[in-house]
Amino acid sequence: MTFTKTSEGKSHAGSKIDRRSWKLPIAFAIVSLISGVLFVGFAEDAPTGFNLSTGSDLFQLPVIHLPALATGVVVTILTALIAVGSAFMISQDRAVPKWIPIVGAILALTGFLTWAAADETLRVPELLAGSLVLAVPLIFGALGGVISERVGVVNIAIEAQLLAGAFVSAVVGTLTGSAFAGLFAAAVAGMLVSFLLSVFAIKYLVNQIIVGVVINVLVSGLTGFLYSTWLTDNPEQLNNPEGFSTLAIPLLSGIPIIGPVLFQQTLIVYLLYVIVAAVAFALYRTRWGLRLRAVGEHPKAADTVGINVTLTRFWNVALAGAIAGLGGAFITLSQTGQFGKDVTAGAGFIALAAVIFGRWDPIKATLAALLFGFASNLQNALSVVGSPVPSEFMLMLPYVVTIIAVAGLVGKSRPPAASGTPYIKG
Amino acid sequence: MSEPTPQKPEDQKPEDLKAEEAAVTETATTSETNQDTVRWTNAFREIASGNALLSLLAVVLAILIGGVLIAFTDSDVQDAAGYFFARPGDLFAAIGSAVGGAYLALFQGSIYDFRRDDFLSAIKPLTQTLVFATPLIAAGLGVAIAFRVGLFNIGGRGQIIVGAAFAGYASFAWDLPIVIHVTVAVIMGIIGGALWGAIAGLLKARTGAHEVIVTIMLNYVAYYLISFLLRTDLLKNPGSNNPKTPPAAESAVLQPIFGDGFKLHWGFVLVVAATVVAWWLIDRSSLGFKFRAVGLNPHAARVAGVKVERIYIYVMLIAGGYAGLAASTEVLGTTTSGFTSGVDAGIGFDAITVALLGRSTPWGTFAAGLLFGAFKAGGFTMQASQGIPIDIVLVVQSLIVLFIAAPPLVRAVFRLPQPGARAKKVVS
Repeated sequence: MTFTKTSEGKSHAGSKIDRRSWKLPIAFAIVSLISGVLFVGFAEDAPTGFNLSTGSDLFQLPVIHLPALATGVVVTILTALIAVGSAFMISQDRAVPKWIPIVGAILALTGFLTWAAADETLRVPELLAGSLVLAVPLIFGALGGVISERVGVVNIAIEAQLLAGAFVSAVVGTLTGSAFAGLFAAAVAGMLVSFLLSVFAIKYLVNQIIVGVVINVLVSGLTGFLYSTWLTDNPEQLNNPEGFSTLAIPLLSGIPIIGPVLFQQTLIVYLLYVIVAAVAFALYRTRWGLRLRAVGEHPKAADTVGINVTLTRFWNVALAGAIAGLGGAFITLSQTGQFGKDVTAGAGFIALAAVIFGRWDPIKATLAALLFGFASNLQNALSVVGSPVPSEFMLMLPYVVTIIAVAGLVGKSRPPAASGTPYIKG
Repeated sequence: MSEPTPQKPEDQKPEDLKAEEAAVTETATTSETNQDTVRWTNAFREIASGNALLSLLAVVLAILIGGVLIAFTDSDVQDAAGYFFARPGDLFAAIGSAVGGAYLALFQGSIYDFRRDDFLSAIKPLTQTLVFATPLIAAGLGVAIAFRVGLFNIGGRGQIIVGAAFAGYASFAWDLPIVIHVTVAVIMGIIGGALWGAIAGLLKARTGAHEVIVTIMLNYVAYYLISFLLRTDLLKNPGSNNPKTPPAAESAVLQPIFGDGFKLHWGFVLVVAATVVAWWLIDRSSLGFKFRAVGLNPHAARVAGVKVERIYIYVMLIAGGYAGLAASTEVLGTTTSGFTSGVDAGIGFDAITVALLGRSTPWGTFAAGLLFGAFKAGGFTMQASQGIPIDIVLVVQSLIVLFIAAPPLVRAVFRLPQPGARAKKVVS
């Protein structure tokens, strides 16, 4: 069947026809339906305010008021149009432009926010800034995951690396009285966890997923044990680290929306920008990145051209651990101010989800982590203004979105070919 | 269209299976043609190469490291270390009393408390171990079975939560005759877990969504779902404001086996039966054969005519069902006074280590569940009597799994010969 079609449609029709996917129109039809029921049917006829400015901006933007009911109607119609339009395009074998789902997602989000916060004012910069703060450990963790998996070692131990970083940065930060020492120590701690992963996964060829899961339990138990025996006895001497204070970048921090969100953060966040950019660049544009990817995709070929597969894996997994460890330091030094038992609260697993959601690409994984951070923070923001949705469902949202995204939009995600398989020379 | 259509009549099932078996073994690399001989050779080789010994040494090594941790954090030991050169004996005495006391408490809390006068109360810790082991084994089997298909089921937590909601609801909302009620409630728990597990299987089969990510996400969804339901009248005890369910009706409770003096309930017997079923399913049934075929090589299995997608759904149904059984034994046997959103109590994640330690075989998982149950029972005693945080148990457990997974490391630590080392010596 495929054969005849290909010969008929000559050019690239054969593969196109088989891959025709109706996921996008179906997804937007569902969004439109939900929007019609919730945002129109259950709408409160009151305007929703979107406050785009903070006091420190160079110039003030006006507060935008959107009428809840009308916005609901518009969003429903537009998403329905997207569904029909994309269905038509797919039936005509034309590619749907990439901006269409993005515009649709922004529409749906606007509709939801307008509906949920009807008769209230949402402070948009705070919402976004809070999202970024929640996303920072996830991004660090996801970058660690991306590097490690790209070099061919599945990193389920992100949670352990974050936790180790959080613990060590709290203790070292308190003992030395220096946040920088704590940050550095966190990177070292994450690296040590990586060494453990490497030794078992690379040297002893134990299944990498197994090692990762077990290391998570080990570090959780170890930090919990040391926390209960050491830190709780004298928290002042051991668990009271000096945190990083907010550092506003002059001029840039005055730009409305972008300024307060991106440029009024702590030093670790600025470090994060640098690391994201560096990893994204280096992974595709440098010799290091090429070798890393070669080892992860086809270790035998890499070995044949003289790359030391074992060493490449070892040091890059260590690097991944160091980056994830920094994320742990952010939790204790910037977020909570001290270490608590299992303070990471599953952030490593969300970071893992971001790695897969972001298809093992540093930028996409960062965006995925930001999405998760936004969804978590949305719940906080909406519980302040009082939303019609029970808070549990808001808290559930990021996870449901992830499932839908992984099932519907991302589809069959393909990990690096040699990820998870140990390399035995010879 | 391109799929090979089996044209054999229904009554030729055994031949069908054999043909399939041959086809799979042909394509998959492992040869399972002469299963029995292979198994005996393997068993012999395992004993000969000291795998049982290695497992024992792994446990010993993990306990030693745990002892080091306990000694390091013990305040008496730290004091004695302060004047080590004056009186070195004190340090060793302090270490001995700290570590010895800890492990003695662990033993007394999990197996046999010889401070008691009569045998019945002395053996009580052992029954307590079995109580803790019950849900661990059931949930561990769920992880292990999914593992055999190559699926990594991290969703034990969510499956337990949903199973508990189902079983719990049946136990207090319905009014049924005495034996039927408990049976129905247990089955409801299994159904709840199975449905929740099947979501991941369905998504994997239909869309290729990675099961690790889906099960992790479903854990959180289940947690918030039950948190919400515990605020509504569906699950909340109407008489109170706490987010907690009403106690299970007496007719829905898994009764204690040895009378009211012991907490060990019939749930343990259910779990033993479930282990037998899992063994039959994996090692003896045609479905289990397909499971293993897909686990070894999904592409080869597909070529051999196995409907891989359907296998993913089936195995996640079954895996979820086992987690649901764990939930049933918890809410109908152990914590019958009602439960909160924390009903899972870490069992879902412990189950992963249990399955890993048991190497994904049913009886291995059973044994691993018993060991971890003992650690849990003893850990609580150790925490209460010696003030050592129960987290040390997590450390020891995870170290055991790590060491067992890496035999060369254990051999190196205990200076045992590496397999094949002797042969090399002869050559040189």
